Amino acid sequence: MMLAGVYTPPAMGVTTSRLLDITDLSVEFASMEGTVHAVDHVSFAVAPGELVGLVGESGCGKSVTATAILGLTRMLANATVSGRIDFQDRDLLALPESEVRKVRGKEIAMIFQDPVTSLNPVLSIERLMTEGIELHLGLSHEDAVARAIDMLQKVGIPKAAERIKDYPHQFSGGMRQRVMIAIALSCNPKLLLADEPTTALDVTIQAQILRLMKQLSREYDAAVIVITHDLGVVAGMCRRILVMYAGRIVEEGPAKPLFHHPHHPYTVGLLKSVPRLDRPRSDELESIEGLPPDLSHLPPGCSFAPRCWLATDECWQTPPKLFVTGDGRRSACFHRDKLIDLAAAEVTA
Amino acid sequence: MNAVDAVRPADGRGDTLVTVDDLAVHFPITSGIVFRHKIGAVRAVDGLSFTVKRGETLGLVGESGCGKSTTGRAILQLIRPTTGRVLYEGADLAHLRGGALRRQRRRMQMIFQDPYASLNSRMTVADIVGEPLLVHRMLDRSGRRDRVRELLQTVGINPNTLNRYPHEFSGGQRQRIGIARALAVEPNFIVCDEPISALDVSIRAQIINLLQELQRDFGLTYLFIAHDLSVVRHISDRVAVMYLGRIVELAENAVLYGEPMHPYTQALLSAVPIPDPEAEEHRRAVVLQGDVPSPADPPPGCHFHTRCPAMQEGHCDLESPALKEVRPGHFAACHLINAGDYPRIRAGENDLAVVAGSPAEGGAVAAVSDVASEELEMGSSE
Repeated sequence: MMLAGVYTPPAMGVTTSRLLDITDLSVEFASMEGTVHAVDHVSFAVAPGELVGLVGESGCGKSVTATAILGLTRMLANATVSGRIDFQDRDLLALPESEVRKVRGKEIAMIFQDPVTSLNPVLSIERLMTEGIELHLGLSHEDAVARAIDMLQKVGIPKAAERIKDYPHQFSGGMRQRVMIAIALSCNPKLLLADEPTTALDVTIQAQILRLMKQLSREYDAAVIVITHDLGVVAGMCRRILVMYAGRIVEEGPAKPLFHHPHHPYTVGLLKSVPRLDRPRSDELESIEGLPPDLSHLPPGCSFAPRCWLATDECWQTPPKLFVTGDGRRSACFHRDKLIDLAAAEVTA
Repeated sequence: MNAVDAVRPADGRGDTLVTVDDLAVHFPITSGIVFRHKIGAVRAVDGLSFTVKRGETLGLVGESGCGKSTTGRAILQLIRPTTGRVLYEGADLAHLRGGALRRQRRRMQMIFQDPYASLNSRMTVADIVGEPLLVHRMLDRSGRRDRVRELLQTVGINPNTLNRYPHEFSGGQRQRIGIARALAVEPNFIVCDEPISALDVSIRAQIINLLQELQRDFGLTYLFIAHDLSVVRHISDRVAVMYLGRIVELAENAVLYGEPMHPYTQALLSAVPIPDPEAEEHRRAVVLQGDVPSPADPPPGCHFHTRCPAMQEGHCDLESPALKEVRPGHFAACHLINAGDYPRIRAGENDLAVVAGSPAEGGAVAAVSDVASEELEMGSSE
């Protein structure tokens, strides 16, 4: 089933050169309950140095998308991947593993959610850091250590030259996340995938890490895809937002207009269901009723239709493609015009 | 000690349901294999005093490891306090044992954080929700069945699913089952320990609304423990902020969020990201440097002085501030708050103040290097 049709690039004007261009990516997993459509015909592009937020709830396919970009889905025996992932004009899905290895960790790096489990506890920070530097940049061990210490200083690890001998358990959660960022940036990647980079951290530490990531991405001119369920995290950091639901992108657009006037009912519901510190208290939260669909038994039409207050017969029959709804904005909703009209009425009021 | 001894007048104020008086929970750190001896203590909760009024929601916020969950468990006597008293309607729970404690527990229940871990996967929904009734010998078999159906209906679960097992339900539905179990014995007081943190964003609002609805319908009193400051603001009448085992500030909701006085509360509130790019541009976050010190070796004086931008040497690092009433109904523990005057923590100005070491990091002194500091400053000034 062809969903998105011909991919229309976001009309951003400046994004003529693309770093990453994903076209019609689908990832399916074979399971006992049937085929799980984890990522379903997803297309989007990232420009060099751009900060993009990929937002969605658990099981919406955001982490699987990142796994596919890193070329790790090929390691999974039950995964079927289709589509194209063009990175610097080469389709990563078509490259042999030996070529992907030169990209993974060097050109595309990843920051994982949980700094406690994603750093090997039996390796010192020195070993963890120099492994990639030696492999990808071909430096001698001494030069690699010097570079590693330099990186640790950049991410704000005090006494880096001494602490590089330590093991992950000797660092606190926030410091471990800094080490992870240092490892990710050590080979000057063009693209950084940050999968829930601050979810395991406390709010005061989260502020430190977000600031650090934003500043370093500018310094290293690296594009970042921030994958998160927390709308607050991407609001302050990303220029462009992609909202995913049940394996599909349901809305895409520049951050400000998207947050102020969402063009998809799921984004509307998501924003309304979160209490905000800068707004007066309300008696009741507006919640999205119901549950996200089972990815192995997706409804035939729009997967949000069972929970949507705008849904009509049309929505239950065919899945909507991503329609262009404005400057760089797309929405996968048949009733997007109603939301656009509502927004216009709000502006004039 | 028996239950009769423990019955005392309810703190002079009729509206107080729970009184926590100088509560401390210290976990021993032991060494040795055959001969274990105590070499230290993790001071998870270190001298808390507060009250919970009948019918209110008291929010308890703080970062991980600050002792908020331990406080909740110590109030219900799931962890025995090291020192201090917990008065429930005037009765000191800390001295109750066996049957007397169990009878009191009928009035107090708990909703747990993780709906995947807190429901026994080998029990059916009927058994899970009905178990408290069995423990308290409240109804016969058919009465329990009816009550379980009624409870499931109340929390929005189809009563016909009572013979199913927890794995057949989603996270949000499981949390509803956990709530039904807590309601089974008709408690007055419920400790909600991070009841929504494990749930998806779109499900959280459903559970918050359910908790508020139940409070209205059954006149429940909540101690709502959470790390999410926006959620606590939404649900609470009064809010207590904890840092490293102590309450640093406690006030009415609107007061605490409107005019926080303690430097930690100010920093914490400014660090909460707002889901609005426009608001984010204008938000000036106080970025606290360093990490929370280890509760096994808390710093002397004010526990927050190692990260406090307003810290005064020779005072804050030596003397521990008491929680005092700085304005009517507004309590704060800070030396620098005097007669309602308090240090205003502004972003960018003080947030590069000296960083003190975290003992959790092997005692290394974590002072951000000059280079990194400047870069961080650049990052903030944009």
